[in-house]
Amino acid sequence: MSFEKFLFYLLAAILVGSALMVITRRNPVHSALFLVLAFFNMAGIWLLAEAEFLAIALVLVYVGAVMVLFLFVIMMLDIDIATVRAGFIRNLPVGIIVAVLMFAEMVLVLGPKHFGLAKYAAPEAAPAHYNNTAELGLSLFTQHLYALEIAAVILLVAMIAAISLTLRKRPLTKRQNVTEQHMVKKKDRLKIVKMAAEEKG
Amino acid sequence: MISLSEYLILGALLFVISVAGIFINRKNLIILLMCVELMLLAVNINFVAFSHFLGDVNGQVFVFFILTVAAAEAAIGLAILIVLFRNRNTIDVDDLDTMKG
Repeated sequence: MSFEKFLFYLLAAILVGSALMVITRRNPVHSALFLVLAFFNMAGIWLLAEAEFLAIALVLVYVGAVMVLFLFVIMMLDIDIATVRAGFIRNLPVGIIVAVLMFAEMVLVLGPKHFGLAKYAAPEAAPAHYNNTAELGLSLFTQHLYALEIAAVILLVAMIAAISLTLRKRPLTKRQNVTEQHMVKKKDRLKIVKMAAEEKG
Repeated sequence: MISLSEYLILGALLFVISVAGIFINRKNLIILLMCVELMLLAVNINFVAFSHFLGDVNGQVFVFFILTVAAAEAAIGLAILIVLFRNRNTIDVDDLDTMKG
């Protein structure tokens, strides 16, 4: 067995193991941390498949941003784990049966008979000057420029939606209203009272 | 050498694990969201493997867009989850029957 193959199977084994841990752990924080491990191993497998830019992007975007967001939310919400776990055992047999059936069907289709090395020969290793990031950027900024701009708009919309959904006005907090302060007129604040002078004594 | 079917079977295995996760974690919306992330990851490995074996960079471009959409989906999903927890004080999927669907 070549070193490349050994590495692939090692990463794949840890990936599948951590995916199993994600769906079976009692504590959502542990699930999130195992998902981080799964993302790291997937990035390693993508490196083996010569998708270097995407491997780094996966670690940066998922581990750096999305999973931190997940952990923040898990720790902010006070979840009662006992009620959350109530249907676990009851749904387990159905889940296992569906998973095994789906996997058996997919292996029949995707097995070595149809997608083995005989049908799809392993590609030549890329030459030393090959730059995956440049190649991807060239395709992204010429052929797929319109889709890239739509993706940017989707991210903007998601950001605005997430902020506006979770923003809440608390009635009790005191804060400055800058517009109101600027619009204030002299007559709103100052009151001149005329009264007769009083005598001493 | 690693064959294409090994990548594809790994993707299939990851996908069925996350399907099973959706079945058994019916009560916990956070784990459901994590399972959806895992599913998208399992789909992405197919794109990366085909891109590698067919020598076509367009598969990787597609993975790039899937990552973008998945990040947006996670952000909005978690925002909805927070609003839900504030209003109903639960993240159980079975309790979300206000709309009588």
